[in-house]
Amino acid sequence: MKDLEKYTLRIADTSLILAQRLSEWCSNGPTLEEDIALSNISLDLFGQANGLLDYVSKLNGEKSADEIAFKRNERQFYNLQICEQKNGHFGDTIIRQFLCDSYFKLFYSSLANSKDEILSAIANKSLKEVEYHLRHSSNWVIRLGDGTKESNQKIQTSLNQIWKFTGEFFEMDELDNIMLKKNIGVDNNNIKEKWDLIVNKTLKQAKLTRPNDGYMMNGSKQGLHTEYLGKILAQMQYLPRAYPDAKW
Amino acid sequence: MQSGKIAEIWTLLGSVPDPEIPAISVVELGVIRDVKFLNNEFIISVTPTYSGCPAVKTFQDDIKTQLNQNKIHNFKIEIVYKPAWTTDWMSNETKEKLRKYGISPPEKFAQCPQCSSTSIELISEFGATACKSLYKCTDCLEPFEHFKCI
Repeated sequence: MKDLEKYTLRIADTSLILAQRLSEWCSNGPTLEEDIALSNISLDLFGQANGLLDYVSKLNGEKSADEIAFKRNERQFYNLQICEQKNGHFGDTIIRQFLCDSYFKLFYSSLANSKDEILSAIANKSLKEVEYHLRHSSNWVIRLGDGTKESNQKIQTSLNQIWKFTGEFFEMDELDNIMLKKNIGVDNNNIKEKWDLIVNKTLKQAKLTRPNDGYMMNGSKQGLHTEYLGKILAQMQYLPRAYPDAKW
Repeated sequence: MQSGKIAEIWTLLGSVPDPEIPAISVVELGVIRDVKFLNNEFIISVTPTYSGCPAVKTFQDDIKTQLNQNKIHNFKIEIVYKPAWTTDWMSNETKEKLRKYGISPPEKFAQCPQCSSTSIELISEFGATACKSLYKCTDCLEPFEHFKCI
C-alpha cells in the first residue's frame, strides 16, 4: 500500500468506526434532542469517512470505497482504539466524544495546511463540523461534571476509564514522520500542548480531575485493536458480506 | 454556442428544489459551484453542505432527472470540497424565502420567523437536518428551526 493511501486510510477509519459506534445511539438517546444530536454527529463523521475513503479508493485504483469499508478484517483497520470503545452510558459517550472532538479540531486545523490538496480540502470542510461537535460535547461535560454529586462521580469515572486511550492521539510512527517530512501529514507531537489546554480548561470548568498519564494503550497503527472492533465490524459488515449483490 | 447551453443548465438547476427545504433551489442553497463544458460534456461541480448530509445524494439524482427530462445527457456531476460550503453564499432574497417558509435564516442571531421576536431560547443545537438547530420563541411560544451559520 502506498504511503499516502495508508495515511488517508487511518484518518478515514477513525471517522468511520466512531461514526458507526455513535450511530448505536440512534433511537436510544436519553432525550429526543440528544438522540438527534448524536445521530447528526455520527452522520457528519460518516460523511467525512466517505470523502476520505473515496480518496483512498482513487489512490488504490482497484477497490471501491464500499469494498474498502466492508471487506477488510480487524487487523486491516487502522482507527484509533478510542473510537471502538463501548458507548456505555451517556456520560461515557460524551467524555469519549469530547476527547476525540478536541483532538479532531487540532488535527484537522493542522491537516488543512497539508500540501496534498484533497486532504487539505477535506480537512477544511471537516473542521467546521468538528468545531460544532466540540461545542456540544464540551457543554455536556460541564453540565454533567458540574451537575449533581452523582453525575460528577459518574463522568469522573468515565474519564478515568477512557484516559488510557488518549495516548494514541499523539503517537508518531514511521509513516507519520514520512508524511510530515513531505508536508502532507500532521505533527501529532505538536498538537499535544494545544489539546492539553482545551481539555484542561473544560475539565476545570466541569470540576473534574484530569487523570494522571499512566499506561497508555497503543497499536492501532499496526492494526492491533481491543476486542470491541470485531463486534462493530460484525454488525457493520454483515449485510454486504452476506448479500454481496445487494444494492443500496 | 455552449455558453447558451450552460445558461440553460443554470436555469434548469434553478428549478431543482432542495430535497429537505423545497422553498429554495439547489442553486440558491449555494451547492452548485460551477457549470463548464469540457471534452464534449458538461461538468457540474457540486459541493456538499455537510459531509454527511443525506440530501446530497438525493439532489444529485434530482439534477440528473431534471437534465435528462430536458434532453441533456452529456453531463457529469463532480463533487468538490474546496472552498468548503458556507451559508455566506446565500443571498438576502434566499434568506427571505427561508423566513417566509418558517425557518430562521443563517444570520448571526436567530429570530422567530413567526413574530420576529428576538427573545428566544435554544432547545437543541441539532435539528431535524444537519444544517439546522432548534429554538423556541419566548414571546409567541412557537418552536422554530434556525439555519446554522457555517
